[in-house]
Formats: sequence, structure tokens, C-alpha cells
Amino acid sequence: MNNRVVSEKPQAVYFYGTCLIDLFYPQAGIGAIELLRREGVSVIYPQSQTCCGQPAWNSGYRDEALAVARRQLALFPRPIPLVIPSASCAGMMKMHYPALFRDQSDEATALNVAGRVYELTAFLVDVLDIRLTDLGDPVSVVVHTSCSARRELGVGDKLHTLLRQLHNVEILEPENSAECCGFGGTFAVKQPEISAAMALDKAATVRATGAQRLVSQDCGCLMNIGDVIEKQNQVMPRQHIAELLWERTKN
Amino acid sequence: MSTEFRSNVAHALKQDAVQTHLRTVVDRLRAHRQGALSDDAAFEQLRNRCEAIRADAIRRLPDLLEQFESNAQRNGIQVHWAETTLQANQIVLGIMQQHRATFLVKGKSMVSEEMGVNAFLQSHGIDCLETDLGEFIVQLADEKPAHIIVPAIHKKRREIARLIHGHFPGLPYNEDIETLAQSVRHFMRDKFRAAPVGLTGVNFMVAETGTLCLVENEGNGRLCSTLPPVHIAVTGIEKVIARLDDLPPLLNLLTRSATGQPITAYVNMINSPRRPDDKDGPDEVHLILLDNGRSRIAGDPELLETLHCIRCGACINHCPVYRQIGGHAYGTVIPGPIGAILEPQKQGFNAAAGELPQASTLCGACAEVCPVRIPIPAIINRLRWESVRKNQQSQNSRPVVPGAGSGRKPLEALIWKIWAWCCTHPGIYNRLTKLATRLRNRLPADMGVWTAVRKAPKPAQATLHEHLRTMNIDHE
Amino acid sequence: MNDARKTILDRLRLAHCPDSTPVKCDDQNDPVDSVLGSDERIDCFINRMRAVRTEVHDASHDSWLDILHGVCQARSLNNLLVSPHTRWGAMIYAEIRRFPALKDYSQTIEDWKPELFTAVDAAVTGAYGGIAETGTVILWPDAHEPRAMSLVPPIHVVLLEKSRIYNSLTEAMRIQNWTLTGMPSNVILLSGPSKSADIEQTMTYGVHGPKELIVILM
Repeated sequence: MNNRVVSEKPQAVYFYGTCLIDLFYPQAGIGAIELLRREGVSVIYPQSQTCCGQPAWNSGYRDEALAVARRQLALFPRPIPLVIPSASCAGMMKMHYPALFRDQSDEATALNVAGRVYELTAFLVDVLDIRLTDLGDPVSVVVHTSCSARRELGVGDKLHTLLRQLHNVEILEPENSAECCGFGGTFAVKQPEISAAMALDKAATVRATGAQRLVSQDCGCLMNIGDVIEKQNQVMPRQHIAELLWERTKN
Repeated sequence: MSTEFRSNVAHALKQDAVQTHLRTVVDRLRAHRQGALSDDAAFEQLRNRCEAIRADAIRRLPDLLEQFESNAQRNGIQVHWAETTLQANQIVLGIMQQHRATFLVKGKSMVSEEMGVNAFLQSHGIDCLETDLGEFIVQLADEKPAHIIVPAIHKKRREIARLIHGHFPGLPYNEDIETLAQSVRHFMRDKFRAAPVGLTGVNFMVAETGTLCLVENEGNGRLCSTLPPVHIAVTGIEKVIARLDDLPPLLNLLTRSATGQPITAYVNMINSPRRPDDKDGPDEVHLILLDNGRSRIAGDPELLETLHCIRCGACINHCPVYRQIGGHAYGTVIPGPIGAILEPQKQGFNAAAGELPQASTLCGACAEVCPVRIPIPAIINRLRWESVRKNQQSQNSRPVVPGAGSGRKPLEALIWKIWAWCCTHPGIYNRLTKLATRLRNRLPADMGVWTAVRKAPKPAQATLHEHLRTMNIDHE
Repeated sequence: MNDARKTILDRLRLAHCPDSTPVKCDDQNDPVDSVLGSDERIDCFINRMRAVRTEVHDASHDSWLDILHGVCQARSLNNLLVSPHTRWGAMIYAEIRRFPALKDYSQTIEDWKPELFTAVDAAVTGAYGGIAETGTVILWPDAHEPRAMSLVPPIHVVLLEKSRIYNSLTEAMRIQNWTLTGMPSNVILLSGPSKSADIEQTMTYGVHGPKELIVILM
């Protein structure tokens, strides 16, 4: 699916780091920003950003989700794209803000912001048509495509489009690749037993590929799968796609 | 916090052999469906059409039900209405008593499971014999179906062989599937011959013609609806469709989504009881239309899409949660994603099924395969909200599901309030995240079930906010 | 239970009042309808039926009796349930000596249930039509060929004229005008013998209905 809204390469974009990247995977955010800047796009990072509101929205706490989401809306007034290095959070803003803000006084603003949201990999491929030169050593990576990227936004293939440009990267797919890893945000808290069983299954298929690294466009999945693999005392570093791309293509 | 559902789950996850077997069979069902979808564009068109057919039928439900009733009655079918499962059971009992019948043969029917008709009739001295192979196995084991299409999905052939051998000790023990099936056939033949009443479900009711349409592979549904002098069909009010022309696309989509077949061995279209010239067929055909909460669900513009379901089971087969825990853990007649939205709406949030909207990662696999595109994740989200909502008067929509708000726990609600407060106060948020990074080596390593299989997540050395303050980034 | 009827309908009406216009869909045509030429249609029908374990004989008006004879011989049938009152049945009865003992379903089922269940080797019926897309025969049971003929005996032989094979069920319904002409008590679409995959998703045949389905085209 081509999710392109703007017709030409924008001069500037807003960047939304997501709370998970902010706290656990800042290198993913930095990598993404560096990639965007190298393409000649200036990046605006509003420091007042916190969380998109998805955890509360998915838990049924709509008032709380609304309050948090409303606070984010105010950060993106200019008519430029909003790039998010997470399909899950991008999906929240793009697909669920319209429902969350339905019949609210700022519904129009929410729709406007939702319309400008891009998931990072889709933005790099569809809007920037980015060209990458691999400068890294040979490495094999196993790809986990998040459910939000695959099914909610329909941009699951962008990750592969990007990785295929890196000649020294061998791309491996786990068996049953379309299956959810079992994170599901608050699901992992509310139904920890099922979540654990799913995570174990996913980690097993990921490990079975024998890849050197685990890559995804979503840090929630990376944390879930990667922490299982670590617990099993296996070495398979996890990387957000942006971090990997930047690491292998920077001069 | 332990709940009925969570203890079911814990029990299910402990059964390694059942789990492994379940996954094998579920994967086989997924492969069958995938094999049946050769032309994506045509399949999407077919979905468009069927989605519209079901949406239309549910929107015009009262009119179509009346049209169906009058056509069916004109054809000689006796139509009964039941608001509750108790009423439906009493209607069945009344018919049995009127014919002094003490025994009936049953075709596969999820609505009859919903009614609990077997147990009800049993308590009145009437025996029900499940004749569908899978249902029969489940009945022998004194269990409930674990899947709506494949009732004995959780049973391995060895277990089935033991059950059948135990029931027919005269037969030598055998694990060959064909031999097992033939033993059951042999046993059932006499029952079909002697049964005074046959009971079946219905897949579609055609309003335009008053036709009952039943879909099956084994032929037991035909036997139940053809040989006994009385046929009782039970169905939910939502199964009606407007026109005969609506049937072919729905049949096509139903069987391909369910098992990957282009069509089932039998499509049985029942128009009337035996007519004067006919030499066989039942003298009486009764149809029981069960509501049991459906008309309430139909009153909500979002939730009513739940009623579009054609019971193909594709969402169940593709659900990663079902694949882990199987059907019984849900504790409901209908398991899987469709069960997780339908059962709480029927039973209310105070029932054990009230927790089922939590049994989803919102991965979207269900919506992806649903032939009539029921937005299951969106309905799950809506139900999660209904379950914890407050200030019911202030919302312009009234709660549709009984027990709305009963899932709201004070501590949880407080946590969300605090979370929202932090996330709406960036200064606080930044101080807290910074603090977490500074304490990264001192955070608890034991976080319950999460860390039973995973290492505890560890914050980075510095937050992205901090990193970017030192980079040349416009912070606007 | 008139109260239940009224309560249910009232509740539905209350919910539905504002909008009861039919939902429209642009994809009105049966999208999987592939309109095939006559030969392709017959080939498709034969292939699809064989794929569901049906023995299909591509015969003609001249050869079908011989084929039927061969089918009976190959299975050493002792008897055959077939009506003398149909066009094809009359032709079979005209060559009565070539065939196993011919039986007619001349009485109501109650009068001969035990025999029907235990002493009939095979039944022959005509078909109202065929469907290429799914590999299906349409049965239109009547006084001469009652419902149980295609259900109780272990072998069912269907005689079908190639000219009555349609592309799809939709096409068959429309061309044969099912809604206007009125349907019999029971219409059956038959796609192969009885089967079940209830044990380990492994297919087995002849579970409750006929174990063998044989279609003779003419």
C-alpha cells in the first residue's frame, strides 16, 4: 500500500519519538532523525511530546487517552508530515485518533494531524524514495514485522524494501512470520500467561533462523522477543530498523 | 488477580500435548483456507458483496424476519420465537412431549449448544444423540466443543480411539481414522432409522422464499432433517438473508473461509415438511428463532456488526491467542475472537465471559480473515471501554451491554489517572523518565510472569529527549 | 410464544426505525463467475467433481446405459433403486435383464424403512442440473425420486445431461428460475460423497451419507 499523502519531498517534518523509544531505545530515534536529515529533511522534535495515548485507549480508559492525545495534538501545528518510528504509535494516531476525537471540539485538528502521520519506513520508501549504500560487514538479520505495520497500516513490506538495499545484509524470515509476538501493550500485563506463551513461541522461531540480529519497525515487539532471547542466555542483539540503517550507511 | 478465565488459561497452557496438537491442526486449517484463495481480487469482491448482504440483512432484520416467517408458514413450516434459551428449550420439550418422544438425533448446531438443549432435555428424561462425528466424540468424552467447525479439534486420534472403543467394547481397538468413522456410521444408522425427532441448526434463512439452508459434509444433518417424522431447526434471529440470490456468494465464502473447500458435500435447502405427493421427509418442520440478547445488540450501531457473523471460524483459526489456549479456556459456547466479542455482549460484563475482550493482543489477524469484515479489534476496544466506563448518564450513548462499568477497578483507574497526569505534564514526564534511566541498574529484576520468561526491560542510559537536546535539532 | 415474537420485533424496530433502506453493493455480479465455453464448462465440472472423490463418466445418450451396466457389474450390485416413472428410469426398466434387480421407491418411507436401510445396494436418480464452478449436482427430489434415495443407500448414481451444467449456482438459480417456479420440499446440492475431517483434520469418506457418488454425463 502506498501511504503517500504529500506529493513531493517535504523540507521539514515533525518527529514523534514515542515513549518506548524515549525511555528504552533512544538510538532508534537518533538513527531515524539522522536518516531523515541526511535526505535533506529538517527535523522538528517538540520536546513536550510524551505518549500518543494508545495504552489507555486500548485498555478502555478513553477519558485518559483523550487527555493525553489532546496534549500531543497541540505540538504539530504546521502543515508538514509527522514521522513516527513505530507502526503501533503511528497506527494509533492515524487510525484511532479519528474515533477517539469523534464529536470532540478539536475533532478537526485530530483529523488533520492523523492525515499527516507517517510510519518511518513507509516515509523513507514512499516519500523520500531513499537510496542506501551498505558500508557494514556481512550480517544476517531476522525480521519481525509488527502486526501494526503488517495489518493495521499495511506497510509491513517497507522494512524489506529498505533492507534489500543493503547488500551485506542477509534477510531471514522466521517460520509463521505473520503471527503476533504476544506483546499487545497492556495485554502483556492483563494476560501475562498467554503473552508469555506467545513470546516463547515467537522467540523460538526467531532463534531457529540462526540470524545474528533481530530487526523490527516496532520497539514493543523488539523488547518482548529480545528479552525472552536474553533470558535464554542467547546472544542476538535487537535493533530497530532505523538504528540498523543508520549504523550501516553513515560515513 | 486471578479470574475464572485466567485459571482456565493456566490449565490449558499446562497441557503440552494438547497444545502441540492444537497448533498442528490450526496450522492445517490456515493452510486449507490459504489454498482456497487463488485470486485475491475476486475474493475481495466476494467479500464486498457478502459484507453488504449481511449489513443489509441486519439493518432490515425485523422486516426480513417477518417476511421469512410468512413465507415459511405458507410453506408449512411452524415458526416459534424464543426470547431466552429457556423459552427455546421449553418449545423443544413441548414438541417432544406432544409426540411422546423420548429420544432425538442431533445435527451440529452452535445455537443448540447455546441453549444447552442436551442437558435440559436430559433433565426431562429425553436423550439427545449427537450425530456429527466430532460432536459425537465430544459427547462421548462428556465435554463441550472446542471449536465451532471442528468440535473435537483438541482430541488426538488415540484418545478418540479409546473413547470409541470404550463406548463399543464389542469392536476391536483401532486407531485407523476410516475404521473409527465406519464404526460410528454403523452405530448411527439404527439411530437415524428409529429416531422420532431430528434437531439441527441452520446456516441461513432466506426471507424471500422461506427456505432453511444447512451446510455440512457428513450427511448427518440431512439424515436428521429427512428421516424422523419431526424436524426441529433452531437458529439465532440474525441468520436471515433477504434473497435467494444472496445465498451463492455467502456459501462460497463460508466454506472457503472455514475449511478451504469450494463447497461442502451437502447444501441442504429445506422449504417445507412432507407434501402430499412426497414419499419421505418429516411431517412437521419446526423452526425456533432464538433472540437471547441479539435484538439488544442490534440496537447499537457499532456492536451490531457482531451479528454479521456467518460462523465460519476463520477468526478462530487465525487467532494467536486461540492457538495457545484452545477453545475450552474461553468457557463459552463460541470461542476465539468472535466469541470474545459476542459472548460478553450476550452475557454481560459481570459474567465470566466479561473478561474475554482482554483475550486479544489486537493483532488484527481476525479482522484480516473475516469474510464479512467484522471489525473485531474495534469492537474489542469498544467493549473494553464499556467494561470500565463511568458517568454513564453523561455519555450520549447508553450502555448496551449488561454490567457496563463493572470492570472498573479503583486501583487500575487510579493508575491510569496518574499516568494521564504525567503524560499531560511534560516536565513531570521528563523528570520521571530521566529518573528511570538513572535507576536503570536498580530496578526490580522480578516482574512476575513477565520476567518468568523474559529479562526485565532496562531503560537506556539517557532518554531520547535528553540526547536530542544536545543535537542540533529544532525543538519548536 | 406470541409475546416473545412481539417483544423481539418491537425491540428490533425500536433500534432500526431511522434507517431501513437496503445496503447497496457495487459488486453485484457473482465475482467468481467465470463464463466458460460449453466444453470448458464440462471439463471444469468433471475435474471439480473428481477432486471431491466422485467417479465421473463422460458418456452420451447412446452409451450411458452401457456405462451404468458396467458400474453395476464392477460392484457386483444385487439390486438398484430406480424409478420406472422418469425418462431415464423407463429406459433402464426397458432393459431390465441387463441390470441387477430393479426396485422402485413406490411406497412411503415408513412402509419400507428397514429394507431401504439394509437391503438396497445403490440408487440411481436424475439431476436437475450441474454446477461447474464447484463440481456440484443439483437434486430436485419428487414423488418418483424421493429425498432418501440420495441419502440412505451406500452408493448413489446420478444421471446428468451436459446441457444442464451451469457455470455457477447463481446462474443455475436464475436460468432455472427457482424463486418463481417454486422449489420442492427439499433441494440438495451434492458435491461428492459424504465425508468428514473431524478427526485430526484428516479426510475420511462415507461417514453418514453415501460412500460413493457416481455421476454419468450424457
